[in-house]
Amino acid sequence: MVATLALRKDRHPFDRAAARGATLDVRDVSHHFEFKGQPLPVLQRISLHVRAGEFVALLGPSGCGKSTLLRLVAGLEPPRFGRLLVDGEVVEGPDPSRVVVFQDPTLYPWRTVWSNVALGLEARGLLRSHRERVGAALELVGLAGFENAHPHQLSGGMAQRAALARALVNDPRLLILDEPLGKLDSLTRIAMQGELVALWQRAGFSALMVTHDVEEALFLATRVIVLSERPAHIKAEVVNDRPYPRRRGDPHLAELRREVFAHLGLDATW
Amino acid sequence: MSDTIVDRVEKAPLPTIRPWFGASSRLWIGGLAASAAWTAVALLTRLWPDTPESDWAQTGGLAIAFGAFAVLLPVATVAGLWSPMLRKLQRSAPWLIVLAFFFAAWEAATAKLGLLPMPFFPPPQAISEVVVDDWARLAESVVASVRLLAGGYVLGAAIGFVAGVAIGWSRAIGYWIHPVLRFIGPLPATAWLPLAFFVFPSSLSASTFLIALATGFPVAVLTWSGVAGVNSAYYDVARTLGASQSFLVLKVAIPAAMPHVFVGLFMGLGNSFAVLVVAEMLGVKSGLGWYLQWAQGWAAYANMYAALLIMALACSGLITLLFRLRDRLLSWQKGLVRW
Repeated sequence: MVATLALRKDRHPFDRAAARGATLDVRDVSHHFEFKGQPLPVLQRISLHVRAGEFVALLGPSGCGKSTLLRLVAGLEPPRFGRLLVDGEVVEGPDPSRVVVFQDPTLYPWRTVWSNVALGLEARGLLRSHRERVGAALELVGLAGFENAHPHQLSGGMAQRAALARALVNDPRLLILDEPLGKLDSLTRIAMQGELVALWQRAGFSALMVTHDVEEALFLATRVIVLSERPAHIKAEVVNDRPYPRRRGDPHLAELRREVFAHLGLDATW
Repeated sequence: MSDTIVDRVEKAPLPTIRPWFGASSRLWIGGLAASAAWTAVALLTRLWPDTPESDWAQTGGLAIAFGAFAVLLPVATVAGLWSPMLRKLQRSAPWLIVLAFFFAAWEAATAKLGLLPMPFFPPPQAISEVVVDDWARLAESVVASVRLLAGGYVLGAAIGFVAGVAIGWSRAIGYWIHPVLRFIGPLPATAWLPLAFFVFPSSLSASTFLIALATGFPVAVLTWSGVAGVNSAYYDVARTLGASQSFLVLKVAIPAAMPHVFVGLFMGLGNSFAVLVVAEMLGVKSGLGWYLQWAQGWAAYANMYAALLIMALACSGLITLLFRLRDRLLSWQKGLVRW
């Protein structure tokens, strides 16, 4: 894991490295929870592949198990059946090369913005040698000057930016995004969608994002995977090869949106 | 557009109020009123003769002290023009005036009119006499109490904290400690007193144990509930960032639990005061509790009031200290309870 942080001094720490993104293989994964003594199936035979540097969005009705799939990919829980492989190696636990950005910023309220962002480096004992990355990450998300603020002093958008910086400072090869913009107001959300694309293009990580915003999925992702109701299985896959930077008014995106809505069974109101 | 008279008047710069006058007029009034009230108390103490059967040696001295305080107030008021710290004292002016009335009433009801039965209700000069004459023994008692309290409290808080973290963190440790805590914790620490005094080699070690017990229980329970109540997403975040178990305990669970820990420390401090006084009254031959008991035995009620007064100041001071510490450590928290 330390190797991923080996930086060349002549390059900005967040510039795209050749094929730095990780590949993800989800192989026939099923998962269930115990609920009142009964197994409650959440994921049903999910298989998907994320290529290095790809941006994949998982779209599905709420409560369908999307977030559970992300927890499995992150290594926070082991799958009941099937296997998950990152770069060909079985996921056996959390690893800082696969960082999650949650729907809530979950910044530690007792730490300043700077120390929140420094969390991952500190946890791995890399803070002393890679100190400058913290400031660089804050600058990247537009939070320079807020180093000493405490989380309760930040707006929702700023807090989520800090959470993003906390992930990026670890130079992840796979960024796992669990509805990271879900709780923001629509204007902040649109602004941050643009920033997210720019970050992804610049840093070259692979991204796996859960969302239930169709526009968001189509604006960001190279591929949209539509999941069914719980237990979730893959219903459809929509490839979006529009070039970046994308335009929200792009008629091709409107076409794709209709297609995605049809897969979700929501095209009647179209 | 032409300027009308009205326009011109409205556009004219507002006369600036001289800040020193505006900011300090209330200070002047409050400070001078308080000074006048304390002058009145001084004169009442000095000029109104004590009841004939009394022999208070310090009536004159107390009057001088009241008078000096009355002089000090306008001095502080003037100094308040330069010192923002003294200016903050202006909030206490109403309290100082009420206190003056209280002292006047106390003085009149005891030393001057003899309305309250002696020797149970001594006048202020009797108490000040004790403080002046017996200060060495009082100071010795304060030192003894603080030493005993500090030893027991620090020990109890440390053990309670570690136990609370352990129960909150480890299911295996919780399995063994939790029932013990539930069974023994609610028992008032003072109930152990007779046992402790013959089990322990000295009354000092017995009292330290009791104070530690009284402190440890609330600290352990609240630390435990703090650690158990930590948002599990905080752990998820740290784990995905590569945190080890010890990092999760030391850098996530404990800081997140600190607001609860301080509630426990506060409750434990209150408990420890109660146990300290009882232990000193019943076994330890020193300290303010012992002084109280001793004064009561000799019917030296003025000494008792003096000791109570000092005890109140000391306890309040310690609680203030704890709150200050909390305010420093938990400055990130919104809406702290003020003390």
